[in-house]
Amino acid sequence: MSIIDLSWWELALASLLVLALAATSYLARLGMARSLLVAATRTVIQLALVGLVLEVVFELGRLRWIALMSVVMLLVAGHEVMSRQKYRLSGGWAFGIGTLSMFISAFSVTILTLIVIIGPDPWYMPQYSIPILGMLLGNTMTGVALGLDRLTEGVRRQRALIENRLMLGQPWDMAVGEIRRDAVRSGLIPVINAMAAAGIVSLPGMMTGQILAGTPPAIAVKYQILIMFVIAVGTGFGTLAAVSAGARRLFDARERLRIDRLTVGSE
Amino acid sequence: MSESKPVGDLELENVSVGELDSVSQSIAAGEIVCLSGASGSGKTRLLRAVADLEPHGGDCLLGDIRQSETPAHRWRALVMMIPAESQWWHETVGEHFDAGDAPGEALEALDLPGEATSWSIDRLSSGEKQRLALIRALAREPRALLLDEPTANLDAESIQRVERWLLEIIERRELPTLWVAHDAEQIKRVSNRHLLIRDGRLQES
Repeated sequence: MSIIDLSWWELALASLLVLALAATSYLARLGMARSLLVAATRTVIQLALVGLVLEVVFELGRLRWIALMSVVMLLVAGHEVMSRQKYRLSGGWAFGIGTLSMFISAFSVTILTLIVIIGPDPWYMPQYSIPILGMLLGNTMTGVALGLDRLTEGVRRQRALIENRLMLGQPWDMAVGEIRRDAVRSGLIPVINAMAAAGIVSLPGMMTGQILAGTPPAIAVKYQILIMFVIAVGTGFGTLAAVSAGARRLFDARERLRIDRLTVGSE
Repeated sequence: MSESKPVGDLELENVSVGELDSVSQSIAAGEIVCLSGASGSGKTRLLRAVADLEPHGGDCLLGDIRQSETPAHRWRALVMMIPAESQWWHETVGEHFDAGDAPGEALEALDLPGEATSWSIDRLSSGEKQRLALIRALAREPRALLLDEPTANLDAESIQRVERWLLEIIERRELPTLWVAHDAEQIKRVSNRHLLIRDGRLQES
């Protein structure tokens, strides 16, 4: 089955539709026209650049370039996690905890999936490794960001409650227990919902993409199931690690709640 | 059970927190020391430092138990602070007690019915919360008390009841007690000693 390539003018045709939406939103005074256009422009530039980079990386197929690209993706994801938190741990901890937990979960799950389950030769073959890591990082990032945001927000809002529990002699992890559980849960809900609704409410993006690219649906479905599972595992462990580390950092060695370790984010 | 035995005096050794510098005090077992001062003068922060809830200079001792050498949650279970605004995290009152039930005689002494333990937290008035918070804390058998305006939300009759109940327990269990209070009459009624915070210093009054 051959793939129908898209020409740039065909994409320009699609962009006219976006312009039409922007014009409508301008006329309806929704105040969204500008951000819509900026976002659309960013999509074009970012994806075009990434396309170029991917062409080169695929061409070279060398582990070191794939590793470099993975690290860049990880750092960008780490920055994104940090900027999505309203209250964040100061002194680089927000970035550090987010990045490290994504590294531990997304990278190990990706490598495990490549070597044990898919088994391409070589194991880091970019056609498999880059998309899988990308999807895992993207989803883990959402989970980690939601979890940490919920944690810091909850601790700030319920400061008096946590401290009252400490006053009654509870250890720090018990005093923050419900908030921590809640934070992990909120990080995991999107993945669980996506798995529960997959195929019924929506056709998952990756599967749709593979089908568009000519893969038989039966194979696309198997890949989608695999991806759903590894995303759930990566997001789950990543969120758990990030929220646990974040909660620990909010208390000091004397089990005091240290709200002063949170700063208000600029965005 | 050794938990219920008093362990002795509460000593503050050069405790510094916020504006307060180098506070040294000894509160004998069973003694009530009232603490007053303008709002923002650091009364609550001093209690928080003694409970080890915020970073501070100096150290505290309960008998021969040293704050800096005791696991923090264990220290707070011994030297228990009761905040001005109590907090509740379960659905009902009873769930906040270790054994599941508040001691009946304490409820009775503070004019609360026995079934108060099954009350939902949403229904409690601020006065009921305050009285139940005192019962909740004392049910854990602390060996020193840090009270932050324990009668602030109460009417005159309840204030008397709470004072009488606290005085009786403090005397019987020989608990060294630091009690933040505003009302001069109350200070006269309950305290053995009265300390005043003025210009970042603690003075006998």
